[in-house]
Amino acid sequence: MSVFAFYLFAISTLAGGLFTVVSRNPVHSVLWLILAFLSSAGLFVLLGAEFVAMLLIIVYVGAVAVLFLFVVMMLDIDFSALKAEMARYMPLALLIGIVILMQFVLAFGAWETAPGAAENLAQAIPVDRHNTEALGMILYDQYFLLFQLAGLILLVAMIGAIVLTLRHRSDIKRQDVLAQIYRDPKTAMELRDVKPGQGL
Amino acid sequence: MDDLLREYLPILVFLAIAIGLGLVLILAAVVIAVRNPDPEKVSAYECGFNAFDDARMKFDVRFYLVSILFIIFDLEIAFLFPWAVAFSEISMPAFWSMMVFLGVLTIGFAYEWKKGALEWE
Repeated sequence: MSVFAFYLFAISTLAGGLFTVVSRNPVHSVLWLILAFLSSAGLFVLLGAEFVAMLLIIVYVGAVAVLFLFVVMMLDIDFSALKAEMARYMPLALLIGIVILMQFVLAFGAWETAPGAAENLAQAIPVDRHNTEALGMILYDQYFLLFQLAGLILLVAMIGAIVLTLRHRSDIKRQDVLAQIYRDPKTAMELRDVKPGQGL
Repeated sequence: MDDLLREYLPILVFLAIAIGLGLVLILAAVVIAVRNPDPEKVSAYECGFNAFDDARMKFDVRFYLVSILFIIFDLEIAFLFPWAVAFSEISMPAFWSMMVFLGVLTIGFAYEWKKGALEWE
């Protein structure tokens, strides 16, 4: 059962990655990428890392994929023109691909397990508690500085995004809720007694 | 393995129903629906005009700002999860470090509110 689930998730991760690269429509690529994220979340669940799986779904699928979709839609690129240029860059791309492949071969050829790895791996997840809970036990006091730095980075990202992209337009009419609430009949309306035959 | 399966059974059932329903709806449209296309029917419809342009056009950058702000608060929630799960056992410094973290992000929130980044014009 576990093996079956592993192969199911692994195959759909690979298929998602493959179709992300080969599909013609970039929006479809992003959707395939979401499939790859989801199935790798399934793989993490099988490994017993529920928190990482949840992060993959919440952060990557929920947020980053939306961002990708926006970028794809916003870029206004003529993808057929890009595809036509692909032949020109093919030799360079092949060269880079071969270099990366050789690096992988080198890395995995010289792969050695550290002496104490087996014990560390056995202790990585405490037996008596959930891994999310184990993370919560150390993240906030033992790694206090890194945690606060993460908060500051988020603050910088927030302010940076606002400074870079927020433009107030002055040529449009806005609704001022307070002014509407504080409007009262005495100042907004005036009653006049108009005699027949006379104007104001 | 049996424990894992038992824990995730509701999610599996949910997933099976979602995938099954999706497939059924798509296949039903393929099998049952009347299909009689002609160029006028399948062309993009734009209030009776011929289509001006395709859907790839520049967006207002404002959408991007909203999604970035969403991601930031999303990450904040991701940090909150382990804290909340281990809440009954964490030490006092851990509690206050989360309060500082939330305070920093509240400063950011106040900033964006004040700047009007959350207003849609």
